[in-house]
Amino acid sequence: MTSTVWITLGQVGLLLAALALVHAPFGAYMARVYASPRHTRAERAWYRLVRVDPDAEQRWSTYLFSLLGFSLASVLLLYGLGRLQEHLPGSLGLPGLDPDGAWNTAVSFTTNTNWQWYSGEAAAGHLLQMAGLAVQNFVSAAVGMAVAIALVRGFARSGTDARVGNFWADLTRGVVRILLPIAAVAALVLVANGVVQSLDPHTAITTVEGGTQHALGGPVASQEAIKELGTNGGGFFNANSAHPLENPNPLTNLLEIFLLLVIPFSLPRTFGLMVGDRRQGWAVLGVMAGLWAVAVGLTTWAELAGPGAAPAAAGAAMEGKETRFGLAASALFAASTTGTSTGAVNAMHDSLTAPGGGVVLFTMLLGEVAPGGVGAGLYGMLVLAIVAVFVAGLMVGRTPEYLGKKIGRGEITLVALYVLTTPAVVLVGSALAAVLPAGLDGIQDAGPHGLSEVLYAFASAGNNNGSAFAGLTVSTPFYNTLLGLAMLIGRFVPIALVLALAGRLAAQRAVPASAGTLPTHRPLFVGLVGAVALVVVGLTFVPVLSLGPVVESLS
Amino acid sequence: MSILTSTVPTAPAGGGGPHHPTRVPSGRGLSWAQVRAALPGALRKLDPRSLVHQPVMFVVEVGAVLTTVLAILEPTVFAWWVAVWLWFTAGFATLAESVAEARGKAQASTLRATQHATTARKVVASQDTLDTGTRLDLLETTVVPSSTLGVGDVVVVEAGETIPGDGDVVEGVASVDESAVTGESAPVIRESGGDRSAVTGGTVVLSDRIVVRITAPAGSTFVDRMIALVEGSERQKTPNEIALNILLTSLTIVFLLAVATLQPFAAYSGHKQPVLVLVALLVCLIPTTIGALLSAIGIAGMDRLVQRNVLAMSGRAVEAAGDVDVLLLDKTGTVTYGNRRAVRLLPVGTVRHDELAAAARLASLADETPEGRSIVELVDDALEPGQALPAGAELVPFTAHTRMSGVDLDLGTDDQPEAYRLRKGAGSAVRQWLHSTGAHVTEADAAQLAGYVDDVSRSGGTPLVVAEQTGQAPARVLGVVHLKDVVKEGMRERFDALRAMGIRTVMVTGDNRLTAQAIAAEAGVDDFLAEATPEDKLAYIRREQHGGRLVAMAGDGTNDAPALAQSDVGVAMNTGTSAAKEAGNMVDLDSDPTKLIEIVEIGKQLLITRGALTTFSVANDVAKYFAILPAMFAGVFPQLEVLDVMRLSSPESAILSAVVFNALIIVTLIPLSLRGVRYQPAAADALLRRNLLVYGLGGLVAPFVGIKLLDLLVSLIPGV
Repeated sequence: MTSTVWITLGQVGLLLAALALVHAPFGAYMARVYASPRHTRAERAWYRLVRVDPDAEQRWSTYLFSLLGFSLASVLLLYGLGRLQEHLPGSLGLPGLDPDGAWNTAVSFTTNTNWQWYSGEAAAGHLLQMAGLAVQNFVSAAVGMAVAIALVRGFARSGTDARVGNFWADLTRGVVRILLPIAAVAALVLVANGVVQSLDPHTAITTVEGGTQHALGGPVASQEAIKELGTNGGGFFNANSAHPLENPNPLTNLLEIFLLLVIPFSLPRTFGLMVGDRRQGWAVLGVMAGLWAVAVGLTTWAELAGPGAAPAAAGAAMEGKETRFGLAASALFAASTTGTSTGAVNAMHDSLTAPGGGVVLFTMLLGEVAPGGVGAGLYGMLVLAIVAVFVAGLMVGRTPEYLGKKIGRGEITLVALYVLTTPAVVLVGSALAAVLPAGLDGIQDAGPHGLSEVLYAFASAGNNNGSAFAGLTVSTPFYNTLLGLAMLIGRFVPIALVLALAGRLAAQRAVPASAGTLPTHRPLFVGLVGAVALVVVGLTFVPVLSLGPVVESLS
Repeated sequence: MSILTSTVPTAPAGGGGPHHPTRVPSGRGLSWAQVRAALPGALRKLDPRSLVHQPVMFVVEVGAVLTTVLAILEPTVFAWWVAVWLWFTAGFATLAESVAEARGKAQASTLRATQHATTARKVVASQDTLDTGTRLDLLETTVVPSSTLGVGDVVVVEAGETIPGDGDVVEGVASVDESAVTGESAPVIRESGGDRSAVTGGTVVLSDRIVVRITAPAGSTFVDRMIALVEGSERQKTPNEIALNILLTSLTIVFLLAVATLQPFAAYSGHKQPVLVLVALLVCLIPTTIGALLSAIGIAGMDRLVQRNVLAMSGRAVEAAGDVDVLLLDKTGTVTYGNRRAVRLLPVGTVRHDELAAAARLASLADETPEGRSIVELVDDALEPGQALPAGAELVPFTAHTRMSGVDLDLGTDDQPEAYRLRKGAGSAVRQWLHSTGAHVTEADAAQLAGYVDDVSRSGGTPLVVAEQTGQAPARVLGVVHLKDVVKEGMRERFDALRAMGIRTVMVTGDNRLTAQAIAAEAGVDDFLAEATPEDKLAYIRREQHGGRLVAMAGDGTNDAPALAQSDVGVAMNTGTSAAKEAGNMVDLDSDPTKLIEIVEIGKQLLITRGALTTFSVANDVAKYFAILPAMFAGVFPQLEVLDVMRLSSPESAILSAVVFNALIIVTLIPLSLRGVRYQPAAADALLRRNLLVYGLGGLVAPFVGIKLLDLLVSLIPGV
């Protein structure tokens, strides 16, 4: 047991050291990427090809329509690739997807969710994987980052006519200057460690005994890198990062955790630099890191302690976990993947202990802010900060303001709708599934665990996480359709609200800070934002959680 | 202190004429009489059509109706108790608002008494033939009801008559009793021209006769507006109140969703809940505490201003007051006492100190100006009180021409008169006088004198040179009296407190830079505006606002009007012109510019009260979950009993206790919402820490205690 603790601490220590080392320069790099007036030659060629002017500042509404148009095109393209798979090259002989399945997958990858109702190796051929899903892994991540940057510009700008940047430039730069280079390097490291990268779906291997075995192959490493880096999470194989060809050893495991955390944890720095006050970035990072640390701590505790009858009988809660990673690394991965809206898994979350499962479920319900998806985590956290500022600001005797921008009627309306959207999607979706026969059919386990499965599925879809609790049969028209809707609403309604907010903020004239202004960079405020996140989410979901994971944990 | 009673003694009950208004209870506690008086209003406000504007409380009322119907269909003791307490919850909310309004209504009724039908003596000639300067009071007048007066009409008002409407004095001087409006019983002077020309309808002319040009049409006079304001009939939700309402509404929707979807989950778990229990849970979770008290807080905030004799023309201005970043304060009357005071005597050459003191005192004995009196006081405080002015002394008054004042005495005997003259005045003027008498001042003395005069000027003071002449001999210079602008006591501390709150104070003065700088340094203001013209003021405000700062100022004159209109919080003095009153968004009936600071504090207190009660309201929910969830589901999942940390006696008792606590906390907090939370000027960080501790942590803990205690009582009810 002692060695487990040391290995755990060692891994976490290594991870933290790497993140601490990288986040400041990387955050500064991203700030430069989005602020730079220059275009690379490749970018300029691309802009000419798609006929956009990358230097034209867009109002928030134009920015939003560009984003929605782009996403709609992505959905249609993915839907087409899925439906017509058998008629297209590179299908590996796999049939086209059903309408509901194609819809679900198209939405899932466009929304950065990567919820997978299918087994990657059994349903998606190379064309769909490479031209469809992998491309979306890049662009959907870049879309999230673009929205976050637009919101940050809203705070940073003063008295403009609601212009928040150029969507096409932000999207392109996110892909070309941030995601592609890192993903390429990471893919090479993964290949070096044994992750498969080939176009050959099956390699026949002669075993020592002389028999023949077929090893799965495919362009895995290239997809694996962006799967984590873009907090996407959609695995090439069904087993996702638990599969030895996706995640062969503890080192790649740690690298994958690092990749999925690095952008979300670096964006606060970008934010701090862009608003001209690094301390504000530290504060946001503080809330994210605090919530993440609590989630990691609780999950690790739950898995190591292994409460419940089955783990007690087996000696440890090893069911559904990889022995090559162990309990601690599985817990670390689980808390990080749910905290970042990635949804990749290196262990089956259905097999986490009851409290462990409850914690990762709660981490998603927080709205993906610990530290959240690429971009989505930052804008989600800034929205929570506004809620905290609104109440706390009143308590210092001024009308609320954050970073010099007044939080008035228009701003709070947008924020209130944002805070409302995901809980509504998750609660209504889960409730429908819990009463309709089509929903009940998919539930594998009776009782509280079944409810946890349903709640987990909708929490995952609504918050664009994409991890699955398993145990729930979701490859039915009912779940495909409903979860697709949950992902779509959970992604684009908040984005629309955030961009509208960005526009309003950019149009406002900034108010200079004084001693009477609520300081938003001190530990007190950091604690307050964390408390607001916990209390608002807690109060919303405690009733249903108490019938699911809470009851399970107390059993 | 209430608006109308600041100086008027309390009238016997049932009084209430314009000059004897009833005392309005101040913010402490909640008396039965207040509650009784507010009850009819509270019941009227339960009308769903008016309650729908407060979404939180509307949901409570719908819940109350629903539970009542359920209780009728399936009567149980528990159902009836829940239904009744949900009605109480809604009722307490409307009661809070009604109590807050009632305080204003009492004030409005005393004001309305001034509005009884009066008549006016209107000048017959058509308006355009009238011109200031002609003897308007000799013009032919006709008696008309004052309600028919329009803007531009000219009326004549004599002693004993009531001024029929708001207007400006265009001719004459009169003393006017304005106690009906200001509560100040001492009459005030109103005269044509200058900054004291505005008169208010409903006030009474005590002496003389004035001609008034009406500036506000009947029905929208100052008093009419006051009535509407204190009554709250014109009350519109302020921007921040609307924003908070939106947040509360969205929280209500979240909880509505959480409770509505709980039924499917409960059904899945095989333990469907009675609708009654779900409604009880919903009402306990939605932010009823702040939802119920929100409008009372707003009304009470305006009311606290009214109690300090300040009328805010809009709630928006009260909120803005909390946000103010820069305070423009007039030097005279705000930073310093209105008058300069003597603080030091500086004898020149061989003159002894007591010699100068005696001369300065003698020269000032007959001088009734505050400066003159202060010289006498200074000498009398330091020495024995000297003798009175000898008979036959002749006062030489100050004129703008001589720029000196003094006294002429006869010190000799009857047969041998010996004139003795004393003069005090500006250095150059006295020097000229010395010269005219053929005096010869030694070079050393002249240098010393010039040094003193310079020193005093540089320190922000005014030097008065004193000289004497006996008989026809050349006059002799005695020394310098240092007159000083005395900074009001405690101002430095107040400015320090304001600075801690993040508010910059700027002193505005007509003095030269040197003097202004010295006084600014002494008073501890952050900045000053010397030799300020109205245009300078306006430009300064614009500059600050361009930088995103909110500016507050006080003003009275017509030339203050543009700056008052430009500032975010403009407090016009009631003694000021109607132009100033029109331009500002607040009027101080006491005409005390220092009140600007109090206004800012009231604005902050209002916002803090809102935030504190919101935090308290939300923090309360945690305990309610611990009470209600185990009560709902312990039947099917016994392991949930662990959550019942309060060990409540039964599921019904737990739910009912939470509902009752939720209702009672509203009543408990009504006095706080009317009074406002305790506020001490401090930096934002300190304020936040304190309020989070009291209302956040307090809100977390209080309901655990409260619900447990209520459970002990409720469990005694048979059938629950």
